[in-house]
Amino acid sequence: MTNKFSKTVSFIVIILVLYSVLSVDYSSLEYFTLSSFKNVLIGLSKPDWNYLYDGSGEDVFSLMILTINIAILGTFIGAFLAYPLSLVASKNLYSKLIGIPKFGKFVLNVLRAFPELIYAIIFVKVVGPGPFAGVLAIGVHHIGMMGKLFAEEMEASSDYSFEAQESVGASFWQTMFYSRIPQVMPIQASLILTHLEIAVRSAATLGLVGAGGIGAPLIFAIQARNWGKVSIILIAVILTVLIIDSISAKIRKNLQ
Amino acid sequence: MKLKDTIHRDFPKNLLIVLIILALLFISVINTGVDLMEVFRNSDQMWRFLSRFLKPDFSYFPNIIKPMIQTIKMSIYGTFLGVITGLPIAFLGSMIFTKNKTITNIAKFIMGVVRTIPSLLLAAILVAIFGIGEFTGVMTIAIFTFGMTSQLFYQAIDTIEVGAVEAQESVGANKIKVAFYAILPQIVNQIASYTLYAFEVNIRASTVLGYVGAGGIGLIMNTSLGLMRYDRVSLVILTIFVLVFIVDGLSGYLRRKLS
Amino acid sequence: MIEIKNVTKVYPNGVVGLKNLDLTINDGEFVSIIGLSGSGKSTLLRSLNRLNDISEGEIIVNGKSITKASKRELMDIRKKIGFIFQQFNLVKRMTVQKNVLSGRLGYYSTLKSILGIFSKEDYEKVNKALERVDLDDKLHSRCDELSGGQQQRVSIARTIVQEADIILADEPVASLDPVTSVRIMDDLKNLNTQLNKTVIVNIHSIELARNYSTRIIGLRAGELVFDGTPEDATDAKLTEIYGSEILKKDEEVA
Repeated sequence: MTNKFSKTVSFIVIILVLYSVLSVDYSSLEYFTLSSFKNVLIGLSKPDWNYLYDGSGEDVFSLMILTINIAILGTFIGAFLAYPLSLVASKNLYSKLIGIPKFGKFVLNVLRAFPELIYAIIFVKVVGPGPFAGVLAIGVHHIGMMGKLFAEEMEASSDYSFEAQESVGASFWQTMFYSRIPQVMPIQASLILTHLEIAVRSAATLGLVGAGGIGAPLIFAIQARNWGKVSIILIAVILTVLIIDSISAKIRKNLQ
Repeated sequence: MKLKDTIHRDFPKNLLIVLIILALLFISVINTGVDLMEVFRNSDQMWRFLSRFLKPDFSYFPNIIKPMIQTIKMSIYGTFLGVITGLPIAFLGSMIFTKNKTITNIAKFIMGVVRTIPSLLLAAILVAIFGIGEFTGVMTIAIFTFGMTSQLFYQAIDTIEVGAVEAQESVGANKIKVAFYAILPQIVNQIASYTLYAFEVNIRASTVLGYVGAGGIGLIMNTSLGLMRYDRVSLVILTIFVLVFIVDGLSGYLRRKLS
Repeated sequence: MIEIKNVTKVYPNGVVGLKNLDLTINDGEFVSIIGLSGSGKSTLLRSLNRLNDISEGEIIVNGKSITKASKRELMDIRKKIGFIFQQFNLVKRMTVQKNVLSGRLGYYSTLKSILGIFSKEDYEKVNKALERVDLDDKLHSRCDELSGGQQQRVSIARTIVQEADIILADEPVASLDPVTSVRIMDDLKNLNTQLNKTVIVNIHSIELARNYSTRIIGLRAGELVFDGTPEDATDAKLTEIYGSEILKKDEEVA
């Protein structure tokens, strides 16, 4: 990268940052007082442990399980549908008809461009509030994300072993099952696990718009300024994400 | 022929894995009460929604320019704050800079925890504390970016060549000098690259932060949805789409130039 | 028998890969193709089982034109041609057994292949082939656990299992050390002498070419410039055609 280029870019960046800093609307700070902030902190430091588990099915523990379930289902649907779509989107499977993979990639890019929240809002309108909307939202978004990565892996899979299969007179599907798929499967499995981690975070969030899981109780607790409940929910979310992340990391290590 | 002599010798193990996955799915289906037939039963709802949604209200465009700029400003400012706070923590987390195990563990703990908080939940909490508005959005993005980039910066620092650092230390440079002259030059490219990546993610994220009141274009989306003006919602989504596309393109271009 | 009739290959960017090549290779020969980098050795070899297409001319393998063959016919012809690559081209994460067994894929329907249903005889063929190359103890090992030489021997085992008449080898030892190279060339020679297969090898080591072949073919810029026995291929003759470059030892050739 040339010096002149980096200098111009840095200059532009500095201008942009200064503009943003100076022109942002700080009016919301009017509501902020140090004492109210102190109250919030005090409230947050006393998590409401009763809310953690009370057997009612509405407690934090059950809700987190539900959230994980939403994530699992959403990821599964996403992966299941992403797979065939990724085959349509992989350049190297279509030597002559390059229009097809381009279209496939386009569809995948459209699916991943929309934030999950928007899908959640839409699905809440369609199937009503509840976990199902969350599952669908995560599923559809993940089709786009995983589909694109699956296609990229397929395209990156070595053409060498594929040629070897070709040279013994194997048909297209035989080469798929005996060279391309064995190559990309471990990586794709690893990708699915990574997306499961993301899905857990999403599932926790989407409840905000009514798509089930722990998001809705959290929003109610915030609006009620019940900082004890907020704090226990936050702790549960953080712990769950950390646990799922580490389980996923262990499994991914084994795949290599 | 025994199974273990054929190419299917891993079949029992694979079958077990498949069964475990199926069990997890089954439990999840029951617990979430997912009923695929619901989708078909409510398909007329879907059509009603889509028919309005697929005709974007382009005439509304002038009204979203200002919120759009707000969103972009929020992202820039937030990314900036997140990066300049993330970098010091990353330094503190690396043994190469800090020779103190306790400090590095604390720093790594902070980095780990902040990363796990989903940005929208963070936004909701911050709105309750700081009120609705742009600056809250900036704070959300800053904290979120802090979590995302500090980890990346930390990994970058950990993989530099230690020789340069030792050389500086051996001539008696203090910690700040070591940071600036030995460590920073080696990771400048990665810092820029990760910052751009964070910016990409933040543009996407900031568009929805407005939904909980943290300013920007998400706010418009919220009100339009409440009014059932799906044609305006689709306009907003379209604009978000174009914006993300442009930012991704620019960012991709710059990141390629960096490597 | 392979008949190469007036074959020319021009790449889309205008570069001429092969020029008016006329050649006949008979059954049972062990042919080495020599030449500097870019002389068209690979292009020629890969055209013989149509991994590359040619621009003009025709290639007839065992009486059937491979150039004019339909997709189905092409797969049939390829069943009888084994190909050994410089980079081994095995699927690294799969076991040796599965890699070698895949040599029989041409004989199975798609459904059976996907389900992995192979006959007992074919499993036996795999075992015998691996015995021949001394790798029977590695039956269930993953290919990425093997050394370069061992992987190349797995490739050779696959051509045995294919029961191919013709073996094409594209720089089979270029990635291997001198000792292993000799071992591989010995294996290829055995395929030729013991199993009566026609072997055609691309090779840049003149020494190996002379020691193992019955016939040496030299290419330069896509044209045939030498065709004779190893005895004919003297240092003087080769220097005359190629310059002294051709006689440089393995380690010195880039």
